[in-house]
Amino acid sequence: MKSELLKKIFLPIFVFSLIIQLWSGIAQIVEDFPTPSGTYVAAFGGVNVDGDEIEGVLSDPFYIENQDDKGLFWQIVESLKRVFAGFILAIVVGVPFGLMLGMSKNAQYAFDPFIQIFKPISPLAWLPLLLFIFQDINMTAISTIFITSIWPIIINTALGVKSVSEDYMNVAKVLRFTPLEKITQIILPVSVPYIFTGMRLSLGIAWLVIVAAEMLTGGIGIGFWIWDEYNNLNYHNIIIGIIIVGLVGYLLDFIMGKIADYFDYTKKGRA
Amino acid sequence: MSKFLSLEGIEKRFPIPGKEDYVAVTDVNLEIKENEIIAIIGHSGCGKSTLLNMISGLDAQSEGAIVLENKHVQGPGPERAVVFQNHSLLPWLSIYKNIEMAVKKVMPELSATELKQRVEKFINMVNLDQAKDKLPDEISGGMKQRVGIARALAIKPKVLLMDEPFGALDSLTRANLQEHLMRIQESVKNTVIIITHDIDEAVLLSDRVIMMTNGPHATIGEVLEVNLERPRDRVSLQHDPEYIRCREAILSFLYEKFAKEDE
Repeated sequence: MKSELLKKIFLPIFVFSLIIQLWSGIAQIVEDFPTPSGTYVAAFGGVNVDGDEIEGVLSDPFYIENQDDKGLFWQIVESLKRVFAGFILAIVVGVPFGLMLGMSKNAQYAFDPFIQIFKPISPLAWLPLLLFIFQDINMTAISTIFITSIWPIIINTALGVKSVSEDYMNVAKVLRFTPLEKITQIILPVSVPYIFTGMRLSLGIAWLVIVAAEMLTGGIGIGFWIWDEYNNLNYHNIIIGIIIVGLVGYLLDFIMGKIADYFDYTKKGRA
Repeated sequence: MSKFLSLEGIEKRFPIPGKEDYVAVTDVNLEIKENEIIAIIGHSGCGKSTLLNMISGLDAQSEGAIVLENKHVQGPGPERAVVFQNHSLLPWLSIYKNIEMAVKKVMPELSATELKQRVEKFINMVNLDQAKDKLPDEISGGMKQRVGIARALAIKPKVLLMDEPFGALDSLTRANLQEHLMRIQESVKNTVIIITHDIDEAVLLSDRVIMMTNGPHATIGEVLEVNLERPRDRVSLQHDPEYIRCREAILSFLYEKFAKEDE
């Protein structure tokens, strides 16, 4: 057990050092590419290569200079607001729709081809159309997230409903459950783990989409911030932004996973 | 000899595309008295489960009528409770909640205290007081089946239908559950129809054994009266002439008159 724990700690540290090596290698080959140490200084402050004492972008992530100039923390908050607005909208529409698809063969026949066609469309393809419709940064970002992240929720909810065993439905029939009781007492408890799997995938997509969407729409947000730093030639900050996007995405997935486990009856009482 | 439950000319056909219908069960006529325990025995594929599904209403018969207390049976209902072979407990509900859910639905008039009393009475009846807050996956197969029986009995059915209830259990657990069932039957009189492929189980538990011929076109071949006093004791029965007679009658039916080769 103990050696298992040591491996869990030291092997990632080993891989981390490999990544830093690789990064340093790229920085030597590509001209002006930020070095790991330079990026660290750009993030947390210190003395840069030119010998100047500088503030890092993460030294004060909470500052608010004005409406368009805020610290990184607020950029992330703005992005998360849009992500959750789109995500919640996708849940509210997607779960009932998925339930319907799972319960009705005809609904499945009717909608399945279109779900399969809409599902692989890139958010970047939707964006111009939605921007044209809404003419508004927030609405465009939210609706793009909605339309690209709803599919896993629909598909997984329908799958959950279809996985309800005939035996449970027989119990419901013998007890003469109404259709509503069948949904609340049998179908939902069985499908909840599936629905949460769908939601987890969907939240992952939403976070992918927001960065791309904000780059095109502008305003405040982590995606636009990265693009802005590119335009300002602050290449260090691009890498900082990428790392932050990764960390936040990981955190979202982790929390969503914990929530999913909580609602999954198959994982209760066995831990 | 009041007419309690009667099957009148029951037939079940399954359509096969492009061919003639497959007749699984045909011409089944049977009258069952109140509080009688009936065992239906036959080789697999004789349509005994199909027959039970028609009585429970989960499956509709193609011909004939099923009449319970002068009412035609249509669709499933709680007055014909089913103990399924695979117990069919809802895995996200505790033992207590599984039974409570059924009682709550069938007897909505019960107060909270009455509901609790009723659920606990039936949990107690199958000796599961210690396990009542566990989830189905945390208890053994035999215990699950006991919960299944408690759940079925708790809704006060007129007929208890058991579809090979102990079929998936090892023989010791099975014997234990048979004892449970006989003991419960002593206190709560019920009409029971039990599907089985176990000869000893059929003789031990039932008042009459219905022997089914092989399918297709399966029907009732012979009916055997089991004239054994209750309570019955499995050990002393081994030498009881009536027990031996019944066993031999079923054996000869299943392995001489209607032997199945391809198994």
